[in-house]
Formats: sequence, structure tokens, C-alpha cells
Amino acid sequence: MKDNNILKLKDVSISYVPGKNAVNKVCAEIKENSITAIMGPSGCGKSTLLRAINRMHELYPDINISGEIILRDQNILKMNPIKVRRMAGMVFQRPNPFPTMSIYNNVLAGYKLNGIKLPKAEKDQIVEECLRSVGLWDEVKESLNKKGTFLSGGQQQRLCIARALALKPDILLMDEPTSALDPIATNRIEELLLEIKKHLTIVIVTHNMSQAARISDYSMFMYLGELVEYDKTELMFTNPSDKRTEQYLNGQFG
Amino acid sequence: MRVFNSSSVSWRQLKDRAFFIAVCTLSLVMAIPLVAIIGEVIQKGYKQINLQFFTEVAPSTLDAMLAREAGGVIPGGIVNGIIGTLLMVGAAALIAIPVGIMGGVYLAEKPKAIFSIIVKFLTDLIQGTPSIIVGIIAYTVIVVPLGSYSAIAGSIALSIMMLPLIVRSTEETLKMLPTTLKEAGLALGASYTNVVLKVLLPSAFSGLFTGILLATSRVLGETAPLMMTALGSSTISWNLENPASAVPLLIWEFYNDPNLIDLIWSSSLFLLLLILIFNFIAKYIVERSSK
Repeated sequence: MKDNNILKLKDVSISYVPGKNAVNKVCAEIKENSITAIMGPSGCGKSTLLRAINRMHELYPDINISGEIILRDQNILKMNPIKVRRMAGMVFQRPNPFPTMSIYNNVLAGYKLNGIKLPKAEKDQIVEECLRSVGLWDEVKESLNKKGTFLSGGQQQRLCIARALALKPDILLMDEPTSALDPIATNRIEELLLEIKKHLTIVIVTHNMSQAARISDYSMFMYLGELVEYDKTELMFTNPSDKRTEQYLNGQFG
Repeated sequence: MRVFNSSSVSWRQLKDRAFFIAVCTLSLVMAIPLVAIIGEVIQKGYKQINLQFFTEVAPSTLDAMLAREAGGVIPGGIVNGIIGTLLMVGAAALIAIPVGIMGGVYLAEKPKAIFSIIVKFLTDLIQGTPSIIVGIIAYTVIVVPLGSYSAIAGSIALSIMMLPLIVRSTEETLKMLPTTLKEAGLALGASYTNVVLKVLLPSAFSGLFTGILLATSRVLGETAPLMMTALGSSTISWNLENPASAVPLLIWEFYNDPNLIDLIWSSSLFLLLLILIFNFIAKYIVERSSK
């Protein structure tokens, strides 16, 4: 059976405190080469769900996850987290380039931190390719040896996207990647996402409904840990099937 | 708008002024003893500092007495102390830096673990322990079983004194790093070890380095723990298993010998300069690394 669902969530529940689910029995299938937005009011569990997909919760031993998360036919909850994280790249809310590394080394950080040695020519190629794909190459090609933190916030965030892309992940998880950026930088990143989704599946958590409307193909609406509605973005924004989604989209809570 | 009467405003300005003057005066008062010590040490010590001072071992009482009677400068130098100090402080740093950094990493990573709380408490305790007690402990635990005084026993005593500073500065610096930095490393599929070694510790470099520097400067001048462990030596010793001298130990020995007492000034001057140079180099490295 061949469908184009790259990621399947089956009854995923996540709790920070035993008996109290922050994410409750979420089931969803995510299509390859699409952008899926997860929306919802603060504390609805959207970041929690996203972070489960690359096993970020492993850092905090109190967190308990049940259900299945299937990425390319493998249940990632049973895999080695290191392998999972190479398949699922992540971009965070605030740009976080490694402050001790140059722009060049930031792009290659995934290789360096994994102890993978590459020939110089291949490194140069990866750096140029990734920086080009985030539209940063022309801006920084003269200053590749400067520290990553020397860039502006929007540039730093694009550098972080390049860093994630360098490992050629199957899926890119983004946790409110533009919430710390100004509208112009946000706009650039949105354009960039529409470009890179041709080769990659993106799941993006966003607070910003109009952002979800602008860039996503599919949208999830979560409320109090539950997946209330999951549909094509146009359908959800024009004709939501659940009353709570409608209220949220109208700005009645959130 | 509330109207202040003008006399109360000028009274407050006056108080401000008085406070500012008090701050200036008190900082000046604080600087006086420091300047006086440095002035005294330079004035009394510079005459003794020549090439010999850095190439020869400490003179015998007899040589010093003869030279004094002839009205000349005391012959000999403190090279046995310089080499002993560098050797022992170096070895102490080699022990304390890895242990201290790893301990600091643990405390920063697992702040709530019971073991962590115990370690923190013990670190604070060591920091508050008088150095002579550290010397006594090193004496009973190392010198007695080994059967002799040795430079290595001195190094271990000094490393115990360095540990708390390094542990706590590592911990504090790592805690100041944003957690997103660690998450960014892990999200790239890096192992925990690599995230600590290649992301967190390099990002914390200047803080770690400052801690190491403080610890080293502190033990450069330690005397009491060395009296009971390294003992002192009138010859140059490169062997860590033998007793060794150190600059502060020599200062103590000179102080107790009326013929050599003039050497305390030049030795003190040397020690002050050593610590000063050390600080400058460290500042330079920290500044360069943060560029």
C-alpha cells in the first residue's frame, strides 16, 4: 500500500504530570511535500505535540508519551532518538545559531556534532547549497567565517533553517519560527518555506492565523490538548466544521 | 502634578551629593592599603631583582650574611621556588580543571538530584575550609601513606583548593546559557556528550576560563597547605615525588631567617607580577575568544 502520508500520529498522548494529558489521543496523517500548520490558543499542546515528533521530550524525564508516531513506516518512539532527530529537523522559536561557530560551521554543525568528516569540496558544496536554498548565500558569501551571531535576527533564523536542511531531513518541524521576527523577516521566511516544501514536508506551529492561511496546505486546530479539527487550510478557514474552530478563527478566544 | 517645595528638592540634591562623595572617599580608602603594599614591595624589592634572581637557588644564610656585611646585595635567587610553584600549580590545574568542569556540568544539568545537592554543599564547605586544614588533610591522606613529603602531595592539596571555584563558575556559566542552545544541538541528532563538549562548553568558554584563572591566582600564593605537603627544598626539583619549594614557601623561610629577610620583598614583588601577568594573559584570551 502506497499513500503519500509521510507522518502518521496514532492516539498520541503526552503528559507532563501523570494522569493529566497535555496532548490527548491525537490522530492525524500528514502528507508528503506539504505544509501543515498547527494552530490553537496558548497552552493547547501544539508545541508539545511538535516536540514529540523529534523526541525533544527526552530531555525532560517527567514527560510521558503514549501512542505511535510513524515516520516513513517506522515508529519513532521505538527508535534511537539520535536517528529520529536526523530524520526530523527542527527550527525553534528564537534563532539559536551556535555562538562559537562561524556561519560556515553553523551550516555544517549537524555533521560536526555527529563526528562526520567530509572532504572540503563537499563541505563547501553543502554550505553553498543550503545557504542558497534559504536565500542567504548572496548576503553572507563574503563573510562565511564570521560568527553566526553577527547576523540580524531574520538572517540568523534562516541560518538555523539552513543548518537543519544540511542534514537532509525527511521532515522539518518549526516551532513558531517567526514569532521573534519583524514582518519583513517573517515574509522572507514564509516565501522560503513555500520554496523548500517542494522537496520537504513541513509542520509548523504558529500563533499567527494569517500566517497559517498564507502558507499552509493543511491546518490542525488544537484546543485543550485535543485535535479539534484537521483539514485542508482553505476549507478550515472558509467553512470550519467545529464550532470551537470557528470561534477561534473569529478571534473569540485565543 | 504634585508640587514639591523647593527647599526639600535642594535638600535631596544635597543628600545625593553627599552620598556620591562618600562613595568616592570610601573607594579611595579601599585603594590606599593596596597602593601602599605595592609601593612598599616595589621600593624594597626592585634592588634584588636581577638575572641571578631567576637563575639561582635561594642562598644559604652564611652567603647572605657575608654579602650583607660587605654591604652588597644578597646573592642567589628563587629559581627553586619558581620551578616548584609552576610545577605544583600546573599539576594542580591538570587535576582540578577536568574534575571541576565535569562536576560543574553535572551540577548545571541535574540541579535537583540529591547527589547534586550534596556535591554543592560539599563544594561550598571546601571553599570555606581554611587552607591549613586542607594541608593537614593532604598530609594525613597522602604524605603519611607515601612516607615522604612530595610535590605531588602539594599539587593535590592545591587542586582541592581550586576545585570549588572551578565547579561553581562552570555551573553558573552553563546555567546562564539558554536551553535552546542545548536543544538546537540535540535537534541535529548530536549525542549528549557532543552537545556538552562541542556546544555548551565552548559557548561557556570565557566564564570557565575566568573561574580557572581565579582558582589559579588563588593557589599561586598559597603557603599553608604546602608547608605540610611539599615541605620546601633548597635545590631545583623536577620530580613530583620529591619535596619541592614554592615562591610563597620561600617567602616564609626568608621571613624566618634574619640574614635572608630582605629577600621577602623581591620574592613578593615577583609573585605579584606573576599574578598580574597571568591576569593580563587571561583577559587577552577571553577578549579574543569573544570576538
